[in-house]
Amino acid sequence: MSTVRSRGTVTIDTHTCKGCELCIPACPPRVLTMSTGVNQKGYHVPELHPGCTGCAACLMVCPDYCFEVFRFEVPVEHEIQEDA
Amino acid sequence: MSDLLGPVLDTSAAPVTAARIVEPRIPRLLLTPDHHLCPGCGEPLAIRTLLQAIEDLGIEQVICILGIGCYTSFGANLDVDLVQCLHGRAPSVATGAKRMRPEAAVFTLQGDGDMVNEGLQEVLHTAARGEHLTCVLLNNGVFGETGGHMTATTVIGQRTKNTIEGRDAEYHGYPILIGDLIARLEGAAYVARGSVHNAGAVARTTKMLRRAFETQQRREGFSFVEVLTMCPTGWFIPTGEGPDYLSSTLAEVHIMGELKVDGVIRTTEELHAENVARAAELEAQLARGGLES
Amino acid sequence: MTTTDPTGRALMEGSEALVRAAIAAGCRFFAGYPMTPFTEVLEHFAALLPDVGGTCINAESEIEAVGMAWGAVATGARAATGSTGQGLALMQESFSEATLAELPLVIFNMSRSQGDYFQATRGGGHGDYRHLVLAPQDAREGIRLVQLAFHLADKWRNPVMIYGDYLLAHTLEAVEVETFEFPALPPKDWAATGERTGTGAAVSVTPLGVAKHGQPDDGQEGRSQWIATKMPLMEREVRVETGHCDDAETVVVAFGSTAKFVKYAVAQLRDEGLRVGWIRPVTLWPFPYDTVREVAARVRVIGSYEISSGQMVDDVRIGAAGLAPVEFIGGVSTDHSGFGLGRLLDVDEVRERIRALHTGAAQPVVPGYERFTYRPAPHQLEVTP
Repeated sequence: MSTVRSRGTVTIDTHTCKGCELCIPACPPRVLTMSTGVNQKGYHVPELHPGCTGCAACLMVCPDYCFEVFRFEVPVEHEIQEDA
Repeated sequence: MSDLLGPVLDTSAAPVTAARIVEPRIPRLLLTPDHHLCPGCGEPLAIRTLLQAIEDLGIEQVICILGIGCYTSFGANLDVDLVQCLHGRAPSVATGAKRMRPEAAVFTLQGDGDMVNEGLQEVLHTAARGEHLTCVLLNNGVFGETGGHMTATTVIGQRTKNTIEGRDAEYHGYPILIGDLIARLEGAAYVARGSVHNAGAVARTTKMLRRAFETQQRREGFSFVEVLTMCPTGWFIPTGEGPDYLSSTLAEVHIMGELKVDGVIRTTEELHAENVARAAELEAQLARGGLES
Repeated sequence: MTTTDPTGRALMEGSEALVRAAIAAGCRFFAGYPMTPFTEVLEHFAALLPDVGGTCINAESEIEAVGMAWGAVATGARAATGSTGQGLALMQESFSEATLAELPLVIFNMSRSQGDYFQATRGGGHGDYRHLVLAPQDAREGIRLVQLAFHLADKWRNPVMIYGDYLLAHTLEAVEVETFEFPALPPKDWAATGERTGTGAAVSVTPLGVAKHGQPDDGQEGRSQWIATKMPLMEREVRVETGHCDDAETVVVAFGSTAKFVKYAVAQLRDEGLRVGWIRPVTLWPFPYDTVREVAARVRVIGSYEISSGQMVDDVRIGAAGLAPVEFIGGVSTDHSGFGLGRLLDVDEVRERIRALHTGAAQPVVPGYERFTYRPAPHQLEVTP
């Protein structure tokens, strides 16, 4: 097990997302990945993993204004199961 | 930082754990996030920074003079009093509007086809006259709305529908670096080139736009901000490749930086060296976990 | 008449009278580009507007001039632009779209001839649109028509043109510039002033039919329909003047400065006992078709005297509706400069052409004009299937 700290988090409006994937490389801790499923419009949408810093880079590069960014008062700790 | 990606977290609603909003979802002057521009288009990012800059400065009376291009439909999303004009004609319309409403912040929003092709003389004359308004150029190096054709800012080697083999200097001529032309005009007080291909560029561009509007507020003369934007549709590339394509083509020619500020003019060549240094600094900031606004 | 009061009585050229009238009507913005015989209109606005807190910009091109006026009217001001035919030709895209955007733009045409009639009334721009066109015969009438133009432009939210000419622009007359009152109009709550930014109720002034989010969209079709159905309503603004049509056998239709020459020639012919009359359209659009039709029912022949190759004559024919024959008795006429009057704007010439129309004789040939008559080459006379 290892511990990952999230200083922040986001909400993602997956209905508005057009699957452009610009947020993926923009995220400095690289905690966004594209989903395997698709939204109503047929686009893959971003998913968030532990480690968000609340830097808002994703919000700044999203052409469809899908993100809202939060910073926790107290960072949240996640326990992550390492693969065997 | 762990190399392991943890589980997918719930991002459908605001967190229950105590948290504050870092950045609202949309700027105050945007009526809705819904629009019909292509996936991966840089124009909504540029418009966001523009609205953010206006909000940061607390400017209330604002008039937008909107050109013709993909961004035209975005006028419906702006909670800004707006005058729609013809292709290339925004600077003259803005002149009339600002002269009659000097207390309002007046800006034009135009693409490169609009401003640098059809409207080249309009923006140059408006700058020369030192009109106290701000012209904003959305430069993606193509006529996006008609399907991706060469404009006066298309760079050598860039593939468009009428330069399929890539723009050839001998046959198609050379791109115009509009910021350099404007900077040399005495009536122009602030001239800058930004971009939206990554978060660092967006942050830098927001500062440029703030500076431009401050110039207008202080009646120091004409202000101009060019913003390089991605157009994956007009560039015939997947959306995810937009930022790299921009930085390796348009941004290599239309170099980011402040071309004219406080009476000092820098050439595009001089900006190149500054940029290299600045890019390194911003990477370091992001790695530390945040951008200073 | 002071620097801040444009009204009063003085000897002045027509251009100045029209500009003073515009200022009396509240015009506070003008943009233009020098071109003969319009240039003095720009000069007088440049001299007079600053003293009343207005702005005159010497635009760097005609297209920029109309753009600046567009911006000024879009914010709710009374504003104008102008030129002569060639310059107005450059402004045509803006004229069409200004009509779609419902901008109350006033346009001064100091024309070089009456051959800009089609451009003014049919529109040189694209699409279905009409501008109201007022054609003063002299500065005295122009003083009222300019103020009427600003009123009608605001009343209908449609561009209005003042069709003048070289003679009107440059003739000095002793005139009284007075302020005319017109009925009250609603406030311009459609204007983009910047004051509704950020309220959730920002406005768009647009030719495209694209509304703000949450408002119903006209779309291009809706917008074009809206304008197309406005046009017939504006036809009620028709204005016309007639003389001696009650007993006339021959009637001549003419507008602008030319009409004054026609009126004088008709008076001379009537002194000789010839039963001749005249019709003077004051509005070129809407054209006084009803008046022409009513007169056509009673007369033997109708003539159209224009300094052109014949443009208004088409409207005269439409108005006459076949009830009387219509003949064009004017012609192309100018002097060496290309701006002035020439042989056909001369009382004797006008009178003899009307006499020939009345007696059924051939129209006089202007000596020296024969060499300008087009001589077709043989291949041009061959019929091409």
